[in-house]
Amino acid sequence: MAIDSSEVKKVARLARLDIDDSAIAATTATISNILAMVDRMQLVDTQGVPPLAHPLEAIQRLRKDEVSETDQREQLQSCAPAVEEGLFLVPRVIE
Amino acid sequence: MQWETVIGLEIHVQLATKTKIFSGASTAFGAAPNTQACAVDLGLPGVLPVVNEEAVNMAIRFGLGIDAEINQVNVFERKNYFYPDLPKGYQTTQLEKPIVGAGHVDITLADGSTKTIRIHHAHLEEDAGKSLHEDFHGMSGIDLNRAGTPLIEIVTEPDIRSAEEAVAFAKKLHAIVTTLGICDGDMSQGSVRFDVNVSVRPKGQEAFGTRTETKNLNSFKFMEAAILKEVARQIDLIEDGGQIIQETRLYNGDTGEARSMRSKEEANDYRYFPCPDLLPVMINDERLAKLKADMPEMPDAKKSRLIAQFGLSEYDAEILSADQATAAYFEAVVTACDDAKLSANWIMGELSRSLNQSNIVIADSPVTATMLGGLINRIKDNTISGKIAKEVFEVLWQGECNSADEVIDKKGLKQVTDTGTIEAMIDSVLMANAQQVENYRAAEPEKRGKMMGFFVGQCMKASGGKANPGMVNQILKQKLDG
Repeated sequence: MAIDSSEVKKVARLARLDIDDSAIAATTATISNILAMVDRMQLVDTQGVPPLAHPLEAIQRLRKDEVSETDQREQLQSCAPAVEEGLFLVPRVIE
Repeated sequence: MQWETVIGLEIHVQLATKTKIFSGASTAFGAAPNTQACAVDLGLPGVLPVVNEEAVNMAIRFGLGIDAEINQVNVFERKNYFYPDLPKGYQTTQLEKPIVGAGHVDITLADGSTKTIRIHHAHLEEDAGKSLHEDFHGMSGIDLNRAGTPLIEIVTEPDIRSAEEAVAFAKKLHAIVTTLGICDGDMSQGSVRFDVNVSVRPKGQEAFGTRTETKNLNSFKFMEAAILKEVARQIDLIEDGGQIIQETRLYNGDTGEARSMRSKEEANDYRYFPCPDLLPVMINDERLAKLKADMPEMPDAKKSRLIAQFGLSEYDAEILSADQATAAYFEAVVTACDDAKLSANWIMGELSRSLNQSNIVIADSPVTATMLGGLINRIKDNTISGKIAKEVFEVLWQGECNSADEVIDKKGLKQVTDTGTIEAMIDSVLMANAQQVENYRAAEPEKRGKMMGFFVGQCMKASGGKANPGMVNQILKQKLDG
């Protein structure tokens, strides 16, 4: 499966990656190579093999429902560009 | 042309856990902004989510409550999109392997008929934070306390055919999650939120019309209004030769206005993939058996029992079984007074009116079940009339006394049942209204019934409402007719 430059631009926008126009061609080639590898892997017969959700063959341990975190707001907001009345401020979003 | 409405719902239910789905931060409502959002909730680099056992248990309980298959293998996936109230850049949710498979919820309609609404599945996921658009110098404020709160998203099949059915379903679902104790059910605080998918098609046509989705309706009333409005809009548009565009719409409950949400170009390209930070969650037979053994009586079963055990009407039983707290209150009142019909009437009448007016939930009612039972006992043994009982209730509601007996005693409200006293009172009423007495005696017998009401009213007034109405009626009739 090949991918063209418009798709690369779209995926980059979705992932909020700023890819320079001059780098689009090279990125398209790299991703196409990866997809070619995936195509090759698709040839393997996986009939009867359950899908793998995680490379570790382990199961999730569960946590007791007990509060363990205390208020760290001051510390966590120390790296935020703008804060007011305890809120993070971001460029206006309105739907 | 005859149109048919087709509705499917997606419902977000906040689970009543103490902590977040993937972190040990508190989920308590009303805390100062961002004081309950820890590094995991914020998605800071290097953190590792760990699944909350109680959230898993609650989702399973929901599945058991709607007769659904519980999936043993659970995989969490990342749904990727950028929005400021989602600091991680993805929502951790389930897609291919949701915890709850297909199930069903049965609803009762106004005409008494029942209908089954199929549930497609329900999955576990995390809630996002909140954006506040008040004026922050042209910026938006973000509170991430809600981020990471456990949710189950319940998805129905498109089996609903009217706003009425949608509301009946929503109320039933509310009853189920509150009975299970997996959600506080507080819709005003966003604990249950409905997204409605609406389309119309010519009656008899099999293919669905193009649907729109109206998001985040947080009351039964808004949901009903939003559906009615959207159905009318779609029919008008099609009949005028237009076409429905598949889009997301917003409904403002305060203004009753609906509008299209600015459509996001790549809105549906979420690029799901299994979350590498989370291993599959396995639900073993032991956990399932334990949760099964611990299931409460569900609303349908409770309703049937209330009808069988207490002889309640279908209507009364439906209302009283709608949530755990109301049902428990009802049963406690019946235990105290041994009169199911009076208990039902008082709970659905005076009590529910007072609760609504003061915006109090039944569990916090200042008139406890024991107090109401005691009040009903005094009606039953004729100590007070039904009318005086409402006065007594009001005093109890204000918290001035601890029992109906105390109110009756203090306020001197005991019903007058002494024949001599009542007779004397009636005599003076008849004397003061001699003309009416003459009219009564001159009237045709069939007209007397109505005229009698006047005298009863006068006598009750003279006694300050305390005379036993039955005795007043009986003695009056003897004196007037005799």
